[in-house]
Amino acid sequence: MSAASAAKPYFEEGRRGFLGWVTSTDHKRIAILYLVSMVTFFLVAVALGVLMRIEQLTMGQTIMKPTTYNALFTLHGVIMIFLFVLPGLPAVFGNFFLPILIGARDVAFPRLNLLSWYFFLAGALIAVASLFTGGGPPDTGWTFYVPYSVKTGTNVTLAVFGAFVLGFSSILTGLNFVTTIHRLRAPGMTWFRMPLFPWSLYATGWVQILATPIVGITLVLLILERLFHVGIFDPAIGGDPVLYQHLFWIYSHPAVYIMILPAMGAISEIIPTFAHRAIFGYGAIAMSSMAIAGLGSLVWAHHMFTSGLSDFSVLVFSLLTFLVAVPSAIKVFNWVATLYRGSIELTAAMLYALSFIFLFCIGGLTGLFNGALAVNVHIHDTYFIVGHFHYVMFGGTGFAFFAALHYWFPKMTGRTFSERFAKISWAPLFFGFNVLYFGMLVLGAQGMPRRYYDHLPQFHTGHVVITVGSWFLSLGVLMMFGNLLYAAFRGGRAEANPWGGVTLEWTLPSPPPAENFETVPTITAPPYQFNPESAP
Amino acid sequence: MFFGGASDVSGRVDAVFLYIAALTAAFLVFITALMIYFVVKYSRKRNPNPADIRSHAWLEVTWTAIPLVLFLSMFYYGWTNYHYMRSVPRDAMVVKVTGRQWAWSFSYPNGKGTSELVLAVRRPVKLEFTSPDVVHGFYIPAFRVKQDVVPGQTNWTWFTPEKEGVYDIECTVICGVSHSYMLSKVHVVPEERFKAWYFSDAVEPPAETAEAASGGPLAGDPDRGRLVYAGKACATCHTLDGARLVGPSWKGLYGSRETVVTDGKERPVTVDDTYIARSIRAPGADVVKGYPPAMVLPHSLDDQEVADVVAFLKTLK
Repeated sequence: MSAASAAKPYFEEGRRGFLGWVTSTDHKRIAILYLVSMVTFFLVAVALGVLMRIEQLTMGQTIMKPTTYNALFTLHGVIMIFLFVLPGLPAVFGNFFLPILIGARDVAFPRLNLLSWYFFLAGALIAVASLFTGGGPPDTGWTFYVPYSVKTGTNVTLAVFGAFVLGFSSILTGLNFVTTIHRLRAPGMTWFRMPLFPWSLYATGWVQILATPIVGITLVLLILERLFHVGIFDPAIGGDPVLYQHLFWIYSHPAVYIMILPAMGAISEIIPTFAHRAIFGYGAIAMSSMAIAGLGSLVWAHHMFTSGLSDFSVLVFSLLTFLVAVPSAIKVFNWVATLYRGSIELTAAMLYALSFIFLFCIGGLTGLFNGALAVNVHIHDTYFIVGHFHYVMFGGTGFAFFAALHYWFPKMTGRTFSERFAKISWAPLFFGFNVLYFGMLVLGAQGMPRRYYDHLPQFHTGHVVITVGSWFLSLGVLMMFGNLLYAAFRGGRAEANPWGGVTLEWTLPSPPPAENFETVPTITAPPYQFNPESAP
Repeated sequence: MFFGGASDVSGRVDAVFLYIAALTAAFLVFITALMIYFVVKYSRKRNPNPADIRSHAWLEVTWTAIPLVLFLSMFYYGWTNYHYMRSVPRDAMVVKVTGRQWAWSFSYPNGKGTSELVLAVRRPVKLEFTSPDVVHGFYIPAFRVKQDVVPGQTNWTWFTPEKEGVYDIECTVICGVSHSYMLSKVHVVPEERFKAWYFSDAVEPPAETAEAASGGPLAGDPDRGRLVYAGKACATCHTLDGARLVGPSWKGLYGSRETVVTDGKERPVTVDDTYIARSIRAPGADVVKGYPPAMVLPHSLDDQEVADVVAFLKTLK
């Protein structure tokens, strides 16, 4: 250990400065590149969301015109989905910790890993360029439904091309992780001795590899349709708009699981550490990830129940949708059971992780309403759906990202942050979140359609309430990131193992040196051995 | 949402909704309470010596089996009621609905064309949807009825309105700049009044219900109407001096006879309060012949403002 602690931190190894950062193939440096770019995009998209909420503060025009509003919800969705939620946990925490958790010195293809970040940045810049060129920012919603996306004069072509480029980043990252897990596990690190975060990344990696090409091809077809009118999607020239919806959701529903699986994996690391005991149901959690990845690939048409599908397809897709809820429920039960007879420290990271369970439950449970056919007809395309997926993606993936950020922050930066301030920021964040998104569930059940610039008088009170909620929420977000940003530069020195964790990253100094392990460890037991002697 | 249901479908949808709401609320309370209880009871202070309990086969089986059974019951309940929504009675009246950017129009079996839907209470109706441009969504929240309106295919839904009244129709699929103004109303009236209306020349809904909905006509103020004209960009397309821009000039417009195109058919109208209100609310519904259906409504006018505009128009002789 003394030799390891004498080693230089990873970010002082090799070339320094800006060039050092953007040319390094160290998985940890690439993770930091992703972290900085993603948090920036996230804050921009939060700001867009707050502007939309302010517009809804009064009926009629408040601060913007409908064209602006339609551009805002499109951008908010595109940025949040493609630049934060989808790549977030794998690209940041997967890159940083996957190799360490399985006892490897880097990912299988370090240069490909850096290329993935370049694809990510290029895709993002192309999407940004679409705002200022051609017909201006796209106004179709992030789903780019045809034929509107073919007919609109806004710059859909470039924005869609940006999403296409981002797809390569995702595919290559998935490929890299799957290969890393197959080939680079430390001696003795059998599949069932892997911690659960790598398991979730493994399931995610396969979905990224198999599903992302479909959306890539679909987006190219959409571009061809716009430029050359080939007649695949536009019914005016013999195309089928519902075909586009199928192709889009064949990727984009599994994408939801790309978003949530790594989040579940991170939670499965955090809870045992702060309960100071082994995770309950290791096998069930690992296998339910694989079940979610498999079943989740077969439920896409539940986004299209009102589009005129045959009654038989609707029946099958509804049934499969209810089945995919089972493995998610299993995970929740196992996490809660892990608290039983633990020795629980309610740190900031744990607080965010437990909030994840609560918010993800609401997200998952409201999904059951959507899956039930009769109810789906009523709430489809309303604020209920918007509330539901914000509970899953923000309450789920977002809160897991925050939890993981607090959990691994000392390891990544070598600094400590103010626990107290982190917990204080949680209060407005959690309160505002529930006012905003539970309010959306209520508004949707009352019949408020999504993507509406204006609203009818009966929805007005609800809109005012949730707009106020959005202010608390964004205040909490700013406080939380402000605390961590301050800590990154001014925080105290972090210990190697501040939380008493037992996975491999805690055996390394904080921050870890380049190439992680001086000698690659040999693994002799299953993970999460907190109190081996007390096991029944 | 549990009040205001006004069709045979709404009771069924609400029943499934409540069933799932009850089960999921119970689940959420149980999980949350358990979590808080464990965090307090097994805190580091109270329980410094944790136990590594790694799994319990029967627990795993139980909490897989029970949710599975409950989920399947939700699926079944959702499906049977959906099945009802897909089984049209033979005597349902068929109304063809066209959704276009950004207005709804309705065509009845006898050829009557309207921009608001008028239905007889307790009489089943089947709506058949087409779109000439992009995808729209037809939604009557009070009836719990929704159907995507997809160009190139004819989708349908059916229901039986059960309570008299006036209900909102909304578009639910983003279709462009005036998506949130692609609204209409459905008027549910007694059978006799429906028949009288149906066999008359009127395209406006029966008067009583329309006024009941808005609480009677509002008094307009021409001066405020002039402010609306200037402030809501009306002046971009409509002049006050008789010159032709994108839309008809407002000079001498009130009370004149015009030929308009409704749902592809020409018909004469007198420019009166109702016509003006409708032109503002649903600009694509009746377009004056010779003008493009170009009016966009980025500026919602409330009922008072519409009345003011009408009063202002009356002064422009």
